[in-house]
Amino acid sequence: MTTTTSASQGNTGADERPMIELKGLNKWYGDFHVLRDINLSVRKGERIVICGPSGSGKSTMIRCINHLEEHQEGDIVVNGMPLTQDIKQIEAIRRNVGMVFQHFNLFPHLTVLENCCLAPIWVQKRPRREAEAEAMKYLERVRIADQAHKFPGQLSGGQQQRVAIARSLCLSPEVMLFDEPTSALDPEMIKEVLDVMVELANEGMTMLCVTHEMGFAKTVADRVIFMDQGQIIEENAPEPFFNNPQSERTQLFLSQILGH
Amino acid sequence: MSIEKTLSRVTEKMIDSRPAPSDSIGAVAWLRTNLFAGPINTLFTLFALYLVYLLVVPSLQWALIDASWSGTSREDCTGEGACWVFISARLDQFIYGFYPSEETWRVDIVFAVFAALIAWLAIPKLPAKGWVAIVTLAVFPFIAYFLLHGGSFGLEIVGTHEWGGLMLTLVLAVVGIVAALPLGILLALGRRSEMPIVKSICVVFIEFWRGVPLITVLFMASVMLPLFVPGEVNLDKLVRALIGITLFQSAYMAEVVRGGLQAIPKGQTEAGMALGLGYWRNMGLIVLPQALKLMIPGIVNTFIALFKDTSLVLIIGLFDLLAIVQAGLADPKWLGYSIEGYAFVALVFWVFCFSMSRYSQYLERLLHTGHKKR
Repeated sequence: MTTTTSASQGNTGADERPMIELKGLNKWYGDFHVLRDINLSVRKGERIVICGPSGSGKSTMIRCINHLEEHQEGDIVVNGMPLTQDIKQIEAIRRNVGMVFQHFNLFPHLTVLENCCLAPIWVQKRPRREAEAEAMKYLERVRIADQAHKFPGQLSGGQQQRVAIARSLCLSPEVMLFDEPTSALDPEMIKEVLDVMVELANEGMTMLCVTHEMGFAKTVADRVIFMDQGQIIEENAPEPFFNNPQSERTQLFLSQILGH
Repeated sequence: MSIEKTLSRVTEKMIDSRPAPSDSIGAVAWLRTNLFAGPINTLFTLFALYLVYLLVVPSLQWALIDASWSGTSREDCTGEGACWVFISARLDQFIYGFYPSEETWRVDIVFAVFAALIAWLAIPKLPAKGWVAIVTLAVFPFIAYFLLHGGSFGLEIVGTHEWGGLMLTLVLAVVGIVAALPLGILLALGRRSEMPIVKSICVVFIEFWRGVPLITVLFMASVMLPLFVPGEVNLDKLVRALIGITLFQSAYMAEVVRGGLQAIPKGQTEAGMALGLGYWRNMGLIVLPQALKLMIPGIVNTFIALFKDTSLVLIIGLFDLLAIVQAGLADPKWLGYSIEGYAFVALVFWVFCFSMSRYSQYLERLLHTGHKKR
């Protein structure tokens, strides 16, 4: 049973054209139908939290947006650019979409600063000085500028994830995707990363966040989406979502995740 | 109340650090734990020392103490020791092969320049390695070719059939190594590619060249390559050997590279892709730098094997170090000194191979400093 209630008014009154649009998205892993008829529309500046049991396809869905996973049916349009098989198109979209991974995926052979400068220098072709200055600004924003010359292996998990966020921001993307950014962190480090994400949200970044941190969803999200078995079961603004879930499956999931 | 007393414990006084007991550190302690730990251990140690005495002392006696070192002919070999005169008298031939003796200065220059370039690249503190690498790969080969082969700048031509000895071994090994590594990397990337044609070509290439012995490859290169080349071009025998060796080695190198690439987590490539880096930038900036560090033992292993395999060119009539020494042993003036000859060859090979091995261990230690595991 699918219940969709239209999202409550989001952040600023932005463009009419959606920032991200998923229409009739279907994906199979071999024979396994992992994403079933996904329809989603994200406006500029909107903050979306996606939750659901594991295996529900949440990560797969956002990885389809920047083509880390390939979809077999349906359309994906990012900032007016349709996602096709054309590599130029794919790379253009990837430059516009930043991604933060559960396991950080920092480049261990480069310093923190070099990690952040890599893409601006090689993708945007900016001179090194300029790229480094810009990278230092973002590193200051995530409050890790003093570690700029260390290697990722010398940092804690929370610090690494903040570097990862800064690294994605250095390309000035329009959209940020977060794939369970705090799931691999020790509890005392989750807060520092969430704080950075909240600040980012408050500055108007369009965000899609797969997470189990419901506190974050309540504080920051414009819409919360619940997925199960490859489908969007329910989506709503945080208040009605948490206080009055419509679908049984949503209720079951919320009771499990908010219970302890 | 009594339960509280038994369950709780508070340490009031911090213990200062003390030095370890004197009989647990130091040389005597090491000997005691490692060599003389118990009766059986001690017995083995004494037996091993006895074996060393039986084997090493006579060898040193023969090789160093009773040996004759200088002279010009076999009459200078007095005593029962080794006759190193054989080596010192023919050393020029062992090093330069049949290269005319008035022109050997050219070989010396090439060796010296090469050694200097390699030293510059090998010593970590020296700067501008990028430029030196470019010079070594792009400029030096031409310099080396013009000097060794001659034909321009007023230098007399010395054909490759006159090259031999240690010089030829080094030419074969260096060219083989330098050419096989990039080719091997490309083959490994191709084998991991998702494009079916590229992948099949690479798989066939690798499995073919790995499946035939190097001797066969050298024969084939010597006999078959001229068939593939237009009539007027007469491929030099050395060039044919180099092509065969390079293709053969690149197949081995490809598998070593592939092993290293497999060890890099997929997340690294994904992070690169998410940042908008294309395939080649991803490989060159993110994956290969990390993978190459892991591949060092495998690569150096392959290099060392190649260095020694170059001796097989004897089969197609090229005289590398081993063959030149063998030819010297067949000289009637120097019969009976085969032990000295082969020992010399073994020593030279060992020095080169061991140096490569030590350098690779040094490189591994160096490259790990920035890459601490989480």
